[in-house]
Parts: sequence; C-alpha cells; structure tokens
Amino acid sequence: MHNFTPWSSLLGGLLIGLAALILLWGKGRIAGYSGIISGLFSISDNKRWRILFLVGTTLGASAATYALHLKMAKLEISPLLILAGLLVGVGSRLANGCTSGHGICGIGRFSIRSLVATGLFIFSGACIVAMTH
Amino acid sequence: MITLIAGVLFGFGLALSGMMQPDKVVGFLNIAGEWDASLMLVMGGALAVFTPGYHFFIKKRQQTWSGAALHLPTNKTLDRQLVFGALIFGAGWGLAGICPGPAIAMVALAGWPAIVFIFAMVAGMLIAGYWQQRKNLLTEQITQLAASE
Repeated sequence: MHNFTPWSSLLGGLLIGLAALILLWGKGRIAGYSGIISGLFSISDNKRWRILFLVGTTLGASAATYALHLKMAKLEISPLLILAGLLVGVGSRLANGCTSGHGICGIGRFSIRSLVATGLFIFSGACIVAMTH
Repeated sequence: MITLIAGVLFGFGLALSGMMQPDKVVGFLNIAGEWDASLMLVMGGALAVFTPGYHFFIKKRQQTWSGAALHLPTNKTLDRQLVFGALIFGAGWGLAGICPGPAIAMVALAGWPAIVFIFAMVAGMLIAGYWQQRKNLLTEQITQLAASE
C-alpha cells in the first residue's frame, strides 16, 4: 500500500460526517458542495447559508493546515486544470451531486441514485487515472 | 451560525483527511497501480457518523432542531443524465484529483489555481444548466405538439 494514512483519513472522515449531520439537522440542507455552489447562481434561492458554509469550509481547512502543519500540494494553472474543472462542473450538474452530496449524504440516506452515481464516478475516475499514469 | 460551524468542521475534516491533496485522490483512483486506500476510510468514517445519525435521529423527526423543513432530494429515477453526469464528473476528478468541496476548501491555501479551477467548474455548471433548460423546454414543446395533434 502506497502513502497510506489510515488514522488521519478516518478522523477527517468522521469530522466530515459530523459536519454533514449538523448542516442537515441545523439548517435542513444536504452538505453537497456542487449543489451549494450552483445554487449561488440560481435566481430565487436563499444564498446566505450557502456563502456561510463555503466560507466556513475555507476557514476550517486553512486552520487545520496551519495548526497541524499539514502538507499542501502545489498546484499550477494549466489547460488540464481548466478542462478538469469544466468536466467536474458539467458532470456534477447533470448528476445533481458530487463526492459529498452523493458519496456521503446520498449513500448515507440509502439513495439508489447516489449509490449508482458514486460507483460510476469512481469507475470513470479510475479509468482516467489508469490511462494517464 | 450553525451553518458556519458545519462549514468549518467540514473544511477541517477535508484538510485532515487528505482529500485536498490531489496526489492522494489520484492514488486512491489508481486501483490498478500503487493503490492508496486512505480515501476509503474518509468515506467510511463519514458514513459511520452520518448514516446512523440520519436514520436514528433526523429521519424520525423530519425537521430541523428549530422545526424548519428539511430540503431533501426527491428524484428517484435512474436516468441518462445521472449516468453520463457521474461518468463526466469522475473523468474530471481523475484528471486533476480535485472535487468541488476540496476546491472551495483550498481557496485560501492554494490561491489562483484553486480559483481558476472553481471558475471553470462554475462555467461547466452553467453550461450544463443551460443545456438542461433547453432540453426541458424542447420536451415540453414536443408534448404540447403531440397533445394538439
């Protein structure tokens, strides 16, 4: 096994699950990032909670990285990065969800749609990685 | 306030879990090569908390702590949009190793590359949204036409 970090990943996952539970119980909303982001661009929807949640995410992630001296990958702007962003945007909109909304909240609620979506995006991600590596 | 707290916790979890490191994401998807199973534990950990919390606590009450309504998805059909959408999403995820949550989480840490990724993602969402709208309009017109025949 390569680069395996079981404890930090498990603990991070527990926090993510707790956060999703708090958002649903506290605000009645599913913690799915693609939906939260695309809702910012629809006309009628309430945007305040969306912005608060996204700002909180950035704050929490930055705090964790500094406090625990976590490794932060150096990213570079490239055509590949832009293409990847486009695909992630188109795909998550069509599928009505991404890793957080389908992979955690959806599967956690035993949604068949989410189970199928998660299986398919892991499968196609694995195919792309197999082709590019 | 509770929304901000949920966001902070989610962000903290994303950073700690390794989801914000594209090489770990790619390592997880590299099932045929040198597999890094860490992200299985992220999902497992999140589900271990969310699933029982939802089923034993929230589902019974069907409302938030303050009595407000839950906004839950109601669509249950497995349609082509779900299938193609998930396949396209996975391709983008495998290319860069970044999905929407971590992209937002790394805005302050990674700066411009994260912002460029988010711009491209939002553009993709708007394109797909526009396409969906046109398709719905077209289906409506066809049904109307069929009804008037």
